[in-house]
Amino acid sequence: MSDIMTGAQIVVKALKDQGVDTIFGYPGGAVLPIYDEIFQQEGIKHILVRHEQGAGHAAEGYARTTGKPGVVLVTSGPGVTNVVTALQDALMDSIPLVCISGQVPTFLIGNDAFQEADTVGITRPCTKHNWLVKDAETLAPTIHEAFQVATTGRPGPVLIDIPKNVQMTNGTYQRPTGKPHKSYRPRVKGDLDQITRAVELIEQAQKPVFYTGGGVVNSGPAATQLLREFARSTGFPVTSTLMGLGCYPASDKQFLGMLGMHGTYEANLTMHDCDVMICVGARFDDRITGRTDAFSPNSRKIHIDIDPSSINKNIAVDVPIIGDVAHVLEDMLRVWKARGRKKQSVAAWWDQIEEWRSVDCLKYKPSKKTIKPQYALERLQALTKDRETYITTEVGQHQMWAAQFMKFEEPNRWMTSGGLGTMGYGVPAAVGVQAARPDGLVIDIAGEASFLMTMQEMSTAVQYNLPIKIFILNNERLGMVRQWQQLLHGERYSHSWSEALPDFVKLAEAFGCKGIKCEDPAKLDKAIEEMIAYDGPVIFDCLVEKHENCFPMIPSGKAHNEMLLGEASTEGAIDEQGAALV
Amino acid sequence: MTTQTKPENGQKAASLRRSAYDMSAEMLSQEIERRVLAVTVDNESGVLARVIGLFSGRGYNIESLTVAEVDHTGHISRITIVTSGTPMVLRQIVTQLDRMVPVHRVTDLTIEGPSLEREMALVKVASKGEARVEALRLKDAFRAHVLDATLESFVFEVTGSPEKIDAFVDLMRPLGLVEICRTGIIAIKRGAEGI
Ligand SMILES: Cc1ncc(C[n+]2csc(CCOP(=O)(O)OP(=O)(O)O)c2C)c(N)n1
Ligand SMILES: [Mg+2]
Repeated sequence: MSDIMTGAQIVVKALKDQGVDTIFGYPGGAVLPIYDEIFQQEGIKHILVRHEQGAGHAAEGYARTTGKPGVVLVTSGPGVTNVVTALQDALMDSIPLVCISGQVPTFLIGNDAFQEADTVGITRPCTKHNWLVKDAETLAPTIHEAFQVATTGRPGPVLIDIPKNVQMTNGTYQRPTGKPHKSYRPRVKGDLDQITRAVELIEQAQKPVFYTGGGVVNSGPAATQLLREFARSTGFPVTSTLMGLGCYPASDKQFLGMLGMHGTYEANLTMHDCDVMICVGARFDDRITGRTDAFSPNSRKIHIDIDPSSINKNIAVDVPIIGDVAHVLEDMLRVWKARGRKKQSVAAWWDQIEEWRSVDCLKYKPSKKTIKPQYALERLQALTKDRETYITTEVGQHQMWAAQFMKFEEPNRWMTSGGLGTMGYGVPAAVGVQAARPDGLVIDIAGEASFLMTMQEMSTAVQYNLPIKIFILNNERLGMVRQWQQLLHGERYSHSWSEALPDFVKLAEAFGCKGIKCEDPAKLDKAIEEMIAYDGPVIFDCLVEKHENCFPMIPSGKAHNEMLLGEASTEGAIDEQGAALV
Repeated sequence: MTTQTKPENGQKAASLRRSAYDMSAEMLSQEIERRVLAVTVDNESGVLARVIGLFSGRGYNIESLTVAEVDHTGHISRITIVTSGTPMVLRQIVTQLDRMVPVHRVTDLTIEGPSLEREMALVKVASKGEARVEALRLKDAFRAHVLDATLESFVFEVTGSPEKIDAFVDLMRPLGLVEICRTGIIAIKRGAEGI
């Protein structure tokens, strides 16, 4: 093949040169030339979703499992506006996505042409960068640049808008050059002086903690290994954000569980009382810090982050280290070893932590009559732990319970919408994960309300033989909303009921999936086993206790040591001012 | 453009101060500082929208902003932004700008100073008699130039610091000021060194 080809051929060739094996998309007038090329090739598998938001989340799921960028293909106008939620989701959670969108021909841009939208304008704030390509000659270099931007530094979504006439005119194909970008050069190596200062703090720490986040996952397997080595050789406790679960094995006794608004008592109090905090690839967001002026008041803070703008954004830190987690941890560990592996005794600190742990903050009142959501997840965990299991979630109480009760031993096994909190993320994300891991057991832990937002992707799962399992903790409520209304709005349950719900078993059957319903705790294990054993997509309607609240909880605007542990502690705990916060 | 949120009443102020989103919680007592930033960018379509979108989207202030291509072969534009905020917010502005893909370099000319700031204004004055004579006299005192004259009007060009232009405009007000147009500040470091 000569290097002169149509824009559409350039797109497909560039994707192949970037190592793309799967794309998620939906056709339309403005991308037909690209779809025509996809039809005539092998090597790239295209998965036809049922809504462009689904394509975006599926690509996110794919990216988070594999560490490779997820690729999305959508048409102009409504195709693009439908994918916006997923782009913002990927931006907030630092997920590398490359979205290619069709656009009306260059000569119609600005004319309110059919299915025209100002795509670069609409997606500018929800992408790391975007491009409108007006000339087939610049198409290949732009696509290669887009992959570079999406996957390096702090990863994120990018979008390339390609007018239809550009797809149809000839241009020269250029291979990736590997040359550094002219203006975008994220820093990967940390400053050695700062790393040495950090090690000095670590050597003196009596009450240290590793506060780890999604940056460890994004940095790759080496980062996970280095974190584990560093934590084990220092004996320091480790906690993780929602996004970082799996970087440190949940079964390890140095692991304190998740921190933050619905984090464990021991994790949050350890953060509050520590004297040295080592933040690795996390960003001190409000779900973690609670009230910022009361956040870990007596600690010296080390912050490793590849994005300089994450440093000192919410919380002032003492030792900022800008760089890639794996690179920085490697240097840090080397410096620490070279200086003689010095550390203070942390025995007294662990005694204190064990005391907090003995509170057993995740305990709940078991029931023989109704399935408690926590119980359902305990059983799901027990029955799936010896498999190659991947968990996605929707957003709500079930998501927080999943973070608390599912135990992740490895990274890239847990995909959830953290920063944006997007209901409807879990079904398409599961599609993307299963597409990348055909032999894995992929389960979306869902709420009945969230599931209804993107359930049409069950049809995608059926079409491509993706045996995803939707495990709905059905409380017939917008549970998390109901919980806030109970605690913050005088028990006025405004529009937080899931009324007129479909019969999920029949719905499953209508899609060509298997439907399972369970409301008896005694029958739960068998039902879960049936779900796992079924070779195909399943919708599992698990009817759970309707009014269970998710604890522990740090109400918005409260400090870590003002945590609510259970129903008994909620009386008058949240004041009027707290209700103004999100 | 002032987009920073100001609590409207006591009740709301109290709750806002407790919000984890409200960065200024611990910064409230800190002083608002003014900064002049020089930002060099690729002169590609949409780059100005990106920069402005960053400011409006994150609630930062823009007091003035000027932009023009300064390198026609390399297609590099220089944006001069005058902004203000607490030290923590100002730091955010610089790092947020710096991580944008088409941004080559962000220089804080206020910190890296000393630097020179200049602004130009075109000022139209319409008057007769003594007021007209006085306007001309003041023009000389401010080293302004006459760009256009009719029997009852002048267009003056005046260059200098923003304070000088403010002073000139204030003096023209009673002398028949009709219209003002200002460029906003451009700035450069003193001495041999470039940014
Ligand atoms: C797209 C979207 N809309 C609204 C919300 C606000 N919200 C957060 S949790 C929630 C209720 C979720 O209900 P369900 O999926 O049944 O989960 P549950 O909390 O009951 O476990 C809502 C409406 C959101 N996070 N995302
Ligand atoms: Mg629900």
